[in-house]
Amino acid sequence: MDEEYDVIVLGTGLTECILSGVLSVEGKKVLHIDRQDHYGGESASLNLTKLYEKFRPSAQPEESLGRNRDWNVDLIPKFLMANGELTNILINTDVTRYLEFKQISGSYVYRDGRISKVPTTEMEAIRSPLMGLFEKRRMKRFLEYIGNFKEDNISTHQGLNIDKNTMTEVYYKFGLESGTKDFIGHAMALWTNDNYLTQPARETIERIILYLQSVAKYGKSPYIYPLYGLGELPQAFARLSAIYGGTYMLDKPVDEVIYDEEGKVSGVKSGEEIAKAKIVIGDPTYFPQKVRKTGERVFRAMCILDHPIPNTDNLDSLQIIIPQNQLKRKNDIYIAVVSASHNVASKNHYLAIISTIIETDTPHIECEPAFKLLGAYKEVFMGISELYEPIEDGTKDHVYISKSYDATSHFETTTDDVKDIYFRITGKPLVIEKRKALTNEEDEE
Amino acid sequence: MSTPRTSTSSRMAQFKLVLLGESAVGKSSLVHRFVKNQFDEFRESTIGAAFLTQTISLDDDTIIKFEIWDTAGQERYKSLAPMYYRNANCAVVVYDITQSESLERAKAWVKELQRQANENIIITLAGNKLDLEQNREVPTEEAEAYAKEAGLLFFETSAKTGVNVTEIFTEIAKKLPIEATSNKSKTVKGVDLTKSNIESNSTCQC
Repeated sequence: MDEEYDVIVLGTGLTECILSGVLSVEGKKVLHIDRQDHYGGESASLNLTKLYEKFRPSAQPEESLGRNRDWNVDLIPKFLMANGELTNILINTDVTRYLEFKQISGSYVYRDGRISKVPTTEMEAIRSPLMGLFEKRRMKRFLEYIGNFKEDNISTHQGLNIDKNTMTEVYYKFGLESGTKDFIGHAMALWTNDNYLTQPARETIERIILYLQSVAKYGKSPYIYPLYGLGELPQAFARLSAIYGGTYMLDKPVDEVIYDEEGKVSGVKSGEEIAKAKIVIGDPTYFPQKVRKTGERVFRAMCILDHPIPNTDNLDSLQIIIPQNQLKRKNDIYIAVVSASHNVASKNHYLAIISTIIETDTPHIECEPAFKLLGAYKEVFMGISELYEPIEDGTKDHVYISKSYDATSHFETTTDDVKDIYFRITGKPLVIEKRKALTNEEDEE
Repeated sequence: MSTPRTSTSSRMAQFKLVLLGESAVGKSSLVHRFVKNQFDEFRESTIGAAFLTQTISLDDDTIIKFEIWDTAGQERYKSLAPMYYRNANCAVVVYDITQSESLERAKAWVKELQRQANENIIITLAGNKLDLEQNREVPTEEAEAYAKEAGLLFFETSAKTGVNVTEIFTEIAKKLPIEATSNKSKTVKGVDLTKSNIESNSTCQC
C-alpha cells in the first residue's frame, strides 16, 4: 500500500466502481479501498445472513426461506433503463461480459386504489382502463407528438417551444386530464414530485422519450435487471478496473485522509501504511466533515413474499408507481418487485421493496397503501437513509465525493453523478468509447 | 455465462474456469502457455483481458470451450468478488513447488471455493514451476496426498517448459458434465444488451 497512485478511491459503491474502472482504462494507477469486507457499500445485495445481521441481529432466518446463498437482497432498489446511460456504459466498457440481464416484466401505475399497466403505445393507450374514451384520443395524440418529435424539424413541434413552454402548457395544449398528467409525469417521465410542471418541458419530454425507447428495446417494460442482484454491478466495474491494473483492498480500515500545507489531498492512511495520491474519490461515509444532508430522507421496506403481487397476472417482476397526488403526498411511492427468476430469492419467493422520501415521522403508515397492494408478506425489513451530498466540488482540496443513492427508481441520477465527478476531476466530459474486446477470441476461427 | 452450444456435426460445450492461488505462483503463465503456447519470464499481470478462451477437442465430435477467468490481481488483498466464483464449472488452484507457504494458501483457496462456488465444481491442484526442481520445497507425495483427501485432480506443471499444462485442461474436460449442459436446456434466458444496440459492433460470437 505504501506507494504512489494517481487516484485513490474510497468505498466500492456503484458510483465509485464505475469511476475506478473508467480511470483505470484510461491508464491511471488506481488504488481502491473499502473498509467493509464486501463490494458494493450502499449498493450491495445481501444474502439472508448479512440481511439479518444488518436489520435484525438477534433473529435467525426462518427455515422455509431456503438457502442463504439463494438470496441477494438489494439495499437500494433501482432498475436499469434499457436505453439509459448505465446500459450504454456497460456496453461500451464491455462489462456486459461479466453480467447477465433480464427484463423487468411490467410497469404499473396506481390510480384510485387500483393498479394498471402503464400504456406505452398508442394501442395500449386505447385499451387502457386508466382513461375514458375521449381522454384516450387525447393521450394518443400526445404519444404521436412525442413519437414524431424531431429536434431539427420545427413542423413536428406543434407550435410548442420546449425550452420556453412549461410542461403544464404542453399538457394544456393536448387537453390532458389531471389523472393522465399524473401517469405521464410520474410513471413515464419518472419524476418523483410535481416540481417539473412549472419547468420548461424539454427535460420531461426527453425523459418520456427515454422511457418509450427503453420499452421499445425489449418490450415488456423499460427496465432490465442483472441476475443475482444490483450488487453485481459494482463488482463487474471493479473487475474492469482490476484488469486494467487497479489495486483492490477490501476490509481495509481508512484511518485518515492526509492533506498538504495548501490543504490539497496528498494521501490516505491505514494503520501505519500511507498511500499517496493527488486525487481522492469517495462516498459520503468516508468524509463526514465534507458532506451535508440534502434534507431528504428515504424510507425503504424490503418485503419477502411467497406469492406474486395480486392483480399483476402473476408477473415475476415489476414496478409499481404510486403518484403523490393519489395519496395527497408530495413524493411518489415506488415498489420494485423481483423474484427467484432473477436469482435474488429462493424458489417461489418474491422480493418487493417499497421506497419513498418520507414526509412524516411514521413512514410505514405513509406507505400503508403500498403494503396493501402486496398482500401478505413473510418478512419485512425497514430502514431510513439520510441522503448526503458534498459541500464543495473538490477543486480546492482535490477530494471528489459522490452523492448518496436517491429515491429515484433507476440509475440515471447515478450516472449523472459519475459524469459530474469525472468532469470535476479531469475538466473533460466523460466520453466512453466502445472498448475493443480484449480477449483472444479474435484469434480464433 | 456458460452458454452451451450444439451443432449437428459436433457438439461444443462452454465452461467457466477460474484460476486461484497466491500471487506470483504462475497462474497467468499457465493460462498463457495453454492458450497461446508461449512463456514470458518477466510477464506482468494480464492487463486488459476480460478473460481468455481456449477450445480443446475431447474426441472427434466433442469440443470443450474454456472461458478462463484470471484473478486480475484481486486475490492479493483478499478482494475477489463473489462474481468471480459465480457459476464457475471448474477451478485450477495453483501453488509454487519451491514455496511451501504457497501450498498452504492453495488449501485456503480450496476451502473458499467449497464455500462460495457451485457444489459440483471440479477443482484441480497444480504445483507449478516444475522446471525449478532443484529448489523444491513441497514434496510431490505431500501435495498429492492432500489432493486425494480433498477430492481434487492433481498435477505438477511447468508453464516454462509446458510440462503437464495441456494435460490439466484435458483431464478437467473429461470430468465436465457435457451431457447435462450441451442440451439446449438453459434455465434462465436473459437479454443480450449488445444485440439490440444499433451502434454496437460487438465481437461476441454468441
